[in-house]
Amino acid sequence: MSGPAQIVVDGVCHHYRPAVGRTVLALENVSLKVREREFLALLGPSGCGKSTLLYLIGGFLPTETGSILVDGKPVAGPGPDRGIVFQNFALFPWKSVRKNVLYGLERQGLPREEREKRAQAFIDMVGLTGFEESYPSQLSGGMKQRTAIARTLAFDPRMLLMDEPFGALDAQTRSLMQSELLAIWEKTRKTVIFVTHDVHEAVYLAERVAVMSARPGRIKTIVDTRFDKDDPEVHRTKVFIDKVDEVWNLVREEAIKALEKRPS
Amino acid sequence: MTNALVPKALIRYAPLLILAAAWEAASRLHLVSSLALPPLSDVAQAWVELVQSGELVTNGLSSLYRAGAGLALAIVVGGALGIFMASSRGVNAMLGPLVELFYPMPKSALIPVTVLWLGFGDGSKILLIFLGCMLPVTIGAYNGARGSDRHLVWSARSMGADRLRMMWDVVVPSALPELLNGVRTALALSFILLVSSELIVARQGFGYLIGYLGSNGSYEAMFAVVLTVAFTGFLADRVYQSVVARVLRWQE
Repeated sequence: MSGPAQIVVDGVCHHYRPAVGRTVLALENVSLKVREREFLALLGPSGCGKSTLLYLIGGFLPTETGSILVDGKPVAGPGPDRGIVFQNFALFPWKSVRKNVLYGLERQGLPREEREKRAQAFIDMVGLTGFEESYPSQLSGGMKQRTAIARTLAFDPRMLLMDEPFGALDAQTRSLMQSELLAIWEKTRKTVIFVTHDVHEAVYLAERVAVMSARPGRIKTIVDTRFDKDDPEVHRTKVFIDKVDEVWNLVREEAIKALEKRPS
Repeated sequence: MTNALVPKALIRYAPLLILAAAWEAASRLHLVSSLALPPLSDVAQAWVELVQSGELVTNGLSSLYRAGAGLALAIVVGGALGIFMASSRGVNAMLGPLVELFYPMPKSALIPVTVLWLGFGDGSKILLIFLGCMLPVTIGAYNGARGSDRHLVWSARSMGADRLRMMWDVVVPSALPELLNGVRTALALSFILLVSSELIVARQGFGYLIGYLGSNGSYEAMFAVVLTVAFTGFLADRVYQSVVARVLRWQE
């Protein structure tokens, strides 16, 4: 199903340096290979550095120790080969839905007519037809995240970096968006790294789940989570429940460690 | 709709009408000396004469040109300065202390200095208004730009915007609400500096006209110009606020 390694993280350490207070080791000797066209979930307790790892791959933070190769080249900053979707949507609040989706296409220098056509196609795809001229402040959380996904898909990055994209949504919207994302991924087959702390979400969406330890973050285990997910009742199947159990047991002790480490 | 609007506006400005009536009465009934406070109706008549003679228009246009030019310079330079200070630690380290030092300084103290440099004409007024209005815009732009969401910055960068493009597309619009707030302060300051500098040294302008009429004992006309300046300032602020509401219509 999946191709050769597209993203290679090797021996990466990262320190978090707050403006006040002491330096914290956020990631310790993290190594990870993500294959082309695969859907990988990065799962771990809050504060384990999973988002930091995603930002390093995205090129938003500088790599201090170790190396990160994307398509064989060291990451030297953000680029349109790696599209990103954030939990807080990160839409340009001063741009309408249409202009948000157009932004990446403008930066790629596509001709005007094609830009408009492409933007409209992706707005239609995420079900926002009729909301083209709305500003983000006029949309619900789910609609904002659909806009953000359309904006990222529109400029056709080969990799999708998703940072707890459904974390701010209510339960119904969240489960709807999950199946939509899965459908989109099956259609487009982009490489996806999906950060989450939700075990169900990780098992349902990903082909492999990389479980991270509590701070300092390390990759603890990688669990294969490939099984038939087309069944609308998949959440009730034995294979799904067993997988969730397996992953949950791995995460549980890390979650407890994370709780104990939290300053009270 | 207009029917509903008229009484509403009437109620809103009723305190002004009462004040006007009290002014007229106080003067007519000799409760105060009509030299200190000429009746409002005489002031209105003097105003009509000033308009007809063209004096008010010529001096007014000259004042508006000075305020407009000084303010425009302050917005462009002050805004750019604030945004650069927010984006570069080096620039901030260099200019931050200067901004802090000059911000609380009463800019009217610079009137003689600007006259010394640029003489009695437009130049000295424009320079003064520029210097006086720049820092509120700088501070607004700085605070706004510093508050730009790093996820927005990253989004723009990942979609292929280089640093400069990202500044223009993300940092500038992020800074806009606070920058425009600073401009409102600057707008009020520009009127204060304009009139005070014209009162002291000028051969034209609202301030000059007030001083000239006052020293010639034409108090009705002097009050007419004072009220014109007050009304112009009020109108400028109102127009400015409606423009800002349009520019920032994307906010909730």
